Amino acid sequence: MNTIVTVLYYVLTAYIAVLIVWNFLKRKSWQEELLYVIVLIPFVLRLLRLK
Amino acid sequence: MRKLVSAAIGTALAVFAGISFHHSRHLREPVVPGPAVSRVATLGDYFAPLKGTINDANIYILEGKEPGGTVLLLGGTHPEEPAGRLAAWIFAENAELRQGRILLVLSANRSGTTATRIGGAYPADFTIPTAWGGQTFRMGDRWSNPLDQWPDPEVYLHYPSRQQLAYVDIRNLNRCFPGRPDGLLTERTCYAICELIRREKVDIEIDFHEAELQYPVISTIVAHERGADLAAAASMFISSLEGFAIGVENSPKALRGLSHREIGDATGAISLLLEAPEPFLDATRGRTDRRLLLTGRDPFVVRAGRRGLLFEKIDEKGWPIDVRVGRHTSTVLQVLEIWSGDHPDRAVVVAGVPRYAEVVEKGTGAFLKDPKSVDPGRLSFE
Repeated sequence: MNTIVTVLYYVLTAYIAVLIVWNFLKRKSWQEELLYVIVLIPFVLRLLRLK
Repeated sequence: MRKLVSAAIGTALAVFAGISFHHSRHLREPVVPGPAVSRVATLGDYFAPLKGTINDANIYILEGKEPGGTVLLLGGTHPEEPAGRLAAWIFAENAELRQGRILLVLSANRSGTTATRIGGAYPADFTIPTAWGGQTFRMGDRWSNPLDQWPDPEVYLHYPSRQQLAYVDIRNLNRCFPGRPDGLLTERTCYAICELIRREKVDIEIDFHEAELQYPVISTIVAHERGADLAAAASMFISSLEGFAIGVENSPKALRGLSHREIGDATGAISLLLEAPEPFLDATRGRTDRRLLLTGRDPFVVRAGRRGLLFEKIDEKGWPIDVRVGRHTSTVLQVLEIWSGDHPDRAVVVAGVPRYAEVVEKGTGAFLKDPKSVDPGRLSFE
């Protein structure tokens, strides 16, 4: 059961990461682009099991 | 083109951070087993489901020539309190046993040694200077690494008491005793430690810790009721013979999950917990760097002391790591001497371990062995 919950959280993380990338691609201003890039980093590091 | 530049900046930041985190998680810490180490087991030998996991911690088994009692020393229950791991390291590399056995765990929560506190700006590692150049250790955190146990619940219900504790403490080794065989990684680690104690018929278990000076349980031995007399005698002898003062606290019955309460209740061992002062943990500290960790000097904590906000004294000399390590080694030696005097058939007689004054004079690094000086086959890694 614990493993299933953990896997679901990784799926959620990947889903949110995709949403962040989608929003990044839609932005017009470079400040907002950079903001999305920075927000994305912890999600990527978790998916890669680095942090 | 602009998006490519933004993506490149993000990738560069992620790679830089990722390399740092990977290094922090996988830094190997060598141990040169001392003359009394007869073998190195792991927690998985006592509880098979832990085998091969990150918390399948090494257990250094030190045996004397004569049979006697058995003592378990736990370092790294909270890895961000490094004096405990270093004191256990000194025992592993230097102790000579005349009678009885010492079981040593240097990384009780090995997962917790591989992460640092989110938002805490902790250094990834620290180095103890030695005559041969220095030995680097992982910094660690109070809790298991979320990479190994995730997510946390809204509220942590301690097993078996069902007491409600802070959500994050479900990853705190010293809130999960006596453990649960089918629980999460931290609970299973506690269960394995209790199994080790039961199967090896441990007489005394001593858990090494450090505390912030704003925490009232500091510079003390926290004792289960079956260890109250032993702790009180040790406190008196230490305060009169060793050059520092240490108090005694009774293990509260209402606060669950802690080693001094649960190990004493769930096993036959007397459970003690040692607390040394660590200004690095104080909320009022300044820069949280390696210097603060090793010197224990911080002007903001000193200022808090002047305002009467602390439960331990501090001045410009701080609380250096050698003082904190020496307190632990001397306290263990005094406990063993008193225990052995009272229980000759279950005695644990140890030599070769420096006391407080010697650690302060020569430094912790003087008692760490150069891993390059021995056959690589003899080395263990934490």
